Amino acid sequence: MKRVAELLRRIGARVVDGVWRLGFAARFFALVLLYSGQSFRRLHLTLRELWFSGVLSLLIILVSGLFVGLVLGLQGYEILQRFGSSEATGTMVALSLLRELGPVLAGLLFAARAGSAVTAEIGLMKTTEQLTAMDMMAVSPFARVVAPRFWGGVISMPLLAALFSAMGILGGWLISVVFIGIDEGAYWSQMQAAVDFRYDVVNGVIKSFVFGVAVSLIAVFEGYDCAPTAEGVSRAITRTVVSSALTILALDFVLTSFMFRGQS
Amino acid sequence: MQHPLQGIRIVSGTLASFVESVVPLPVTEPADTPLVCLRNVRFAYGEREILRGIDLSVRRGQVVAIMGGSGCGKTTLLRLIGGQLRASAGSVQVDGQDLARLSRDDLYALRRRMGMLFQFGALFTDMSVFDNVAFPLREHTDLPPELVRDLVRLKLNAVGLRGAEGLSPAELSGGMARRVALARAIALDPMLIMYDEPFAGLDPISLGVIGQLIRRLNDALGASSIMVTHDIHESLEIVDYVYFVSEGRIVAQGTPDEIRASTDPFVHQFVHAEADGPVPFHYPAAPLAASLLGEGAP
Repeated sequence: MKRVAELLRRIGARVVDGVWRLGFAARFFALVLLYSGQSFRRLHLTLRELWFSGVLSLLIILVSGLFVGLVLGLQGYEILQRFGSSEATGTMVALSLLRELGPVLAGLLFAARAGSAVTAEIGLMKTTEQLTAMDMMAVSPFARVVAPRFWGGVISMPLLAALFSAMGILGGWLISVVFIGIDEGAYWSQMQAAVDFRYDVVNGVIKSFVFGVAVSLIAVFEGYDCAPTAEGVSRAITRTVVSSALTILALDFVLTSFMFRGQS
Repeated sequence: MQHPLQGIRIVSGTLASFVESVVPLPVTEPADTPLVCLRNVRFAYGEREILRGIDLSVRRGQVVAIMGGSGCGKTTLLRLIGGQLRASAGSVQVDGQDLARLSRDDLYALRRRMGMLFQFGALFTDMSVFDNVAFPLREHTDLPPELVRDLVRLKLNAVGLRGAEGLSPAELSGGMARRVALARAIALDPMLIMYDEPFAGLDPISLGVIGQLIRRLNDALGASSIMVTHDIHESLEIVDYVYFVSEGRIVAQGTPDEIRASTDPFVHQFVHAEADGPVPFHYPAAPLAASLLGEGAP
C-alpha cells in the first residue's frame, strides 16, 4: 500500500511539474513574441541565425532529400509497375514529398542539426553567466539572444523543407527516368497535372512553418531553462531532439487530419 | 609618461554627459546620502533562508568589501543590489530608488549606471575582446564607430590590455579575462561597480593587478564599488570599509584598521585563517565514528 501511495505521489509530482513547465513555456513564448520587435531592429542578429540554422543545415538537408527521392522513386516504380502505372511515379514522389516527407523529415533533421546547436549555445551561455551579464548590462537576453534564434529557425524551416522536397523530386527523376527509363514527359506532366498548388504545396509549406515554430521554440526554451551545469546542458539537448521529434510527428497527424480529407 | 587612467578621466565626463543626454536618468540623490542602502533585508530560496535581516550601506566614492565563508549569502547580496533577485522582506535602495518598486524599464535604466564583474568574467564567447567591451556602448548609445573604437581602446588601456583587442575570450588567461570583463563593466562609466569574487583563482601578480585596478578605477570614475570576496589580505589593502557576513547576518564591520585590530572571534578566525572558531570547518553531520559504522547511511 505504501509503495502504491509512493508511486501515485511520484506520478502526481511529475504531472504537476509538467503543468508548471508547460505554463512556463507558454509564458516564455509570449515573451519571445513580445521582444521580437526589439530583435528585428537588430536585423543582423536574425540574419546571422539564418546563416547558422539555415545555410549551415543545407548540406544535410540536400543530401537527405536526394536519398529519400531516390528511395521513393525506386519503391514507387516497383509498386506502380505491378498495376501498369509506372508513369505515375513522378506524381507519387512529388505528393509524398510535398505533403508529408518534405516537411516532416526536414523538420526532424532540422531539430537534430540546428535545434540541438541552439539549445547547446543558449545553455552554455546560461552556464557561463553570459545571459545574466547581458541582463545586468540592461540588455534583454530575450531580445538579443532568444528571439533572433527563434526567428532564424522559423524562417529557415519552410525554406529547408522546400529544398528537401525539390531535391527529392530530382532524386526520383534521377532513378526513375535516368536509370530505370520511365518516359521523362510522363514523369513531369503527370506530376504537373496531379499536384495542386494550394492543396498540396501550400499545405506543405504551412506544415513546415508550424514545425519550424515548434522546433525553434523547443530549442530556445530548453536552452534557456536548462540547469546551469554540464549535465544540465546535455539533458537539455537530448530533450530538444526527443521533444521536437515527438511534437513534429504529433502535429503532423493533427495537421494532416485537418488539411487532407479526401479531395473529390 | 601618461597614466593609463588619464584618458578615462578625460573621456568619462564626455561619455557620462552623452549617456545622460540619450538615456533619461532619474534625479541623482544628494552626495551625502548612501548610494546603496539595505535595511533589514531577508531572502530565502524556497524554505532555505539565506539572509536574515541585513543592514548595510555604501557611501558614494567608497570601496566596500563583503566578506564571509562560502555559501554565507555574499553573492546573493550582490544579486539583490543588482536587482536580479527580490528581497522577501526589507528594502534595497540604490541611488534612492527602492528596487522592489521599480518596473522592468526603470530597473534597466538604473542598471545602465551599474557595472558588474562576474567571477569568471562572463565574456561573450562569440565576440572578440574589442566587441565585448564595445557591447554596452553599442547597445545603449548612438556614438559613431570611431568614438566607440577610441573609448574601447581607452578602457582596454586602463586595464593594460589594449594590445589584446583582437583576441577571442578563449585565448585569454583567467586574469586577462577578468581584466577585459572589468573594462566592459566600466564601459559606460557606472556610478556603482560590483565585483563577484574578483580574486578567485588568480596568481599573485594578477591578484595584485586586479586589486589595484579596482581601487584606481573607482577613484578615477568617481564611482562606488562593492566587492564580494573572501580574500582578506588583498581586500584590506584597497577597501574603505568591510562587512563580514555569516549565516545570513552581518556579524562584524569596520574600516581595514579596525578589522586588523579586532578581537571579535569571527573576524579573528577569518583574518588568521583558523580552522576552529565561530565558523565550523565541517558541514553539520553525525560524528565520524558513527558515520563509519554505517549509522545514518543514505
